[in-house]
Amino acid sequence: MPKVKFSILESTCVPLPFENVDTDQIIPARFLSATSREGFGDNLFRDWRYTKTGEKNSEFVLNNPKFRGKVLVAGKNFGSGSSREHAVWAIFDYGFRAVVSSFFADIFMNNSLNNGLLPIVIPEELLIKLQELIQKNPATKVKIDIEKQTFTIIPTKDSIRFAINPYKKECLLKGLDDIDFLLSMKNAITGYEINKSFVK
Amino acid sequence: MKPKTLFDKIWDGHVVRSIEDGPDVLYIDLHYIHEVTSPQAFNGLKERGIQVFRPGKTFATADHNIPTKDQHLQIRDELSRTQVERLSENCRKHGIELFGLNHPKNGIVHVIGPELGYTLPGMTIVCGDSHTSTHGAFGTIAFGIGTSEVEMVLATQCILQPKPKKMRITINGNLHKGVTSKDIIMYIISEISTGGATGYFVEYCGSVIKSLSMEARMTICNMSIEMGARGGLIAPDETTFDYMKQLPSLPGIADLESSVNQWKKLKSDPDASFDRELEFDASSINPMITYGTNPGMGMAIDESIPIAENKNKEASSSYLKSLDYMGFRPGMKLLGHAIDYVFIGSCTNGRIEDFRAFAQIIRGRKKAANVTALIVPGSKKVEEQMAAEGLIEIYINAGFKVRQPGCSSCLAMNDDKIPEGKYAVSTSNRNFEGRQGPGARTILASPLTAAAAAITGRISDPREFMNEENNLKL
Repeated sequence: MPKVKFSILESTCVPLPFENVDTDQIIPARFLSATSREGFGDNLFRDWRYTKTGEKNSEFVLNNPKFRGKVLVAGKNFGSGSSREHAVWAIFDYGFRAVVSSFFADIFMNNSLNNGLLPIVIPEELLIKLQELIQKNPATKVKIDIEKQTFTIIPTKDSIRFAINPYKKECLLKGLDDIDFLLSMKNAITGYEINKSFVK
Repeated sequence: MKPKTLFDKIWDGHVVRSIEDGPDVLYIDLHYIHEVTSPQAFNGLKERGIQVFRPGKTFATADHNIPTKDQHLQIRDELSRTQVERLSENCRKHGIELFGLNHPKNGIVHVIGPELGYTLPGMTIVCGDSHTSTHGAFGTIAFGIGTSEVEMVLATQCILQPKPKKMRITINGNLHKGVTSKDIIMYIISEISTGGATGYFVEYCGSVIKSLSMEARMTICNMSIEMGARGGLIAPDETTFDYMKQLPSLPGIADLESSVNQWKKLKSDPDASFDRELEFDASSINPMITYGTNPGMGMAIDESIPIAENKNKEASSSYLKSLDYMGFRPGMKLLGHAIDYVFIGSCTNGRIEDFRAFAQIIRGRKKAANVTALIVPGSKKVEEQMAAEGLIEIYINAGFKVRQPGCSSCLAMNDDKIPEGKYAVSTSNRNFEGRQGPGARTILASPLTAAAAAITGRISDPREFMNEENNLKL
């Protein structure tokens, strides 16, 4: 089942300059009881986004009309903790298509790439600079080019080449699906099962 | 031949194919599933019109989203009930063995897997749960995956996975009285931070690791993810083999002796190289507690909360935000601080040894009046063992009630929530904001430290309640 293709994205950003944002903050466990993938965006960052009485917390960035965009600019070590893919579904469902940080947790990174959400690692100095630029001017735009693997802050022309696994890059560009790929390897998998010599 | 680490040996032995410049296609020997992270994966199979490829290699339990009281009654919360029922339907439809709610072998996935003899040395094991690293205690490559990857395993018994780097953590020296495996791993995480092992798979070595029981090793491997590691493993040895031999059944094993001979080969070659090496001296470790909102924010129980120095603006505001959430200040000492809740349980500390340790301190004492305690065995088997050893009686005499098994207050998906602003000394693995309920304040600790807090109503040093005889190694 091919997924949505992703090649070039130009967007304003939403800044979230906290370190170690774990997946429990992205989507608290009490919202994990659903049996489908849809609708998690409503509870993205739930306990920061809403007050205890259920009103919007005006201090939280998602409730600040100044900040809009498809790129979430997060702090260091984003997505740590629980393996819940619901965190990625929530971010994607809300409307983000890329997350930028200086450092991501491993499982979050895999889950993102498996759902067409692009995690981009940029140097810490550039991340801090970008956070400051967005705070000063929320209209600051960035451009992400997957083919060229470049991330550019448009007004300052700061540009870096980001890393992405070539296989995953192709999946994103062509909208390919991992499971289709694995299913096409059934013969090799069955062959492995027959010839397997590894101790068990 | 080039010397290899244990991790390399197991990984390389499971690669079906390496994709050039891409991830490996890794064969999975054993797949555990539970109700929360599997329904969407089964939906995916349905949409594709395919069945589970190797249903005999997947085992299921209901643990995350179940009550720990009145389990014989219908689950009250409709969404939770639907999720648990959906798991049963999916297992039935695809021929997967289920140890569901009220099954005599039900329990937390990472507690029952080893108990039932499914987890075996040398395996690759995955589960849609980050604490799958627990099974590394048996010399396995075990790690948590997302739901898309659960679907990959159900569909093909394989996942696409980039090979992580390798780290070795060696712990030698003598452990102090009152220092448990939980303190060891909390100490390591506090030293290297919550992202300190991101990108790595860890092998734990050294005389201290060798001296630990299987339960204690599981606690160490369990929390590997809390320093960002993909997983952690320990080479199997006589302790492992003795554990396997006393299990009531080993479903995948025809001849245990010959399997043990195979398992004995599972170790890193003497000259194998690691991408990163860390060494710790056990005598530097004291009973640990956390003071912030990630497991890296830990300290010895009698220390003061560090004052943020040399941090950039972002780091320092995150640090202060975290302390503010906890109601603490830099420089503060926490010994003697009043607490409200104690939770013992979870895949980190919900095994029989943990309840024995807790019992050792509460025996002949009384629960503090200001403390609400949640005592939650990791499985039905643990619960039975507690009863057989007379532990439940000790708990009742001290004023505690024992719940039924489940993940419970570790992630508080069920009713076992810590109320807003309340302090919980918890033997679980995560002290994230709201982890144990919206606004809950979690202080991670060992079962001994939790027991000391339960009887004093304050953060207390467990060593004050121990004598030479009850110097357990946990």
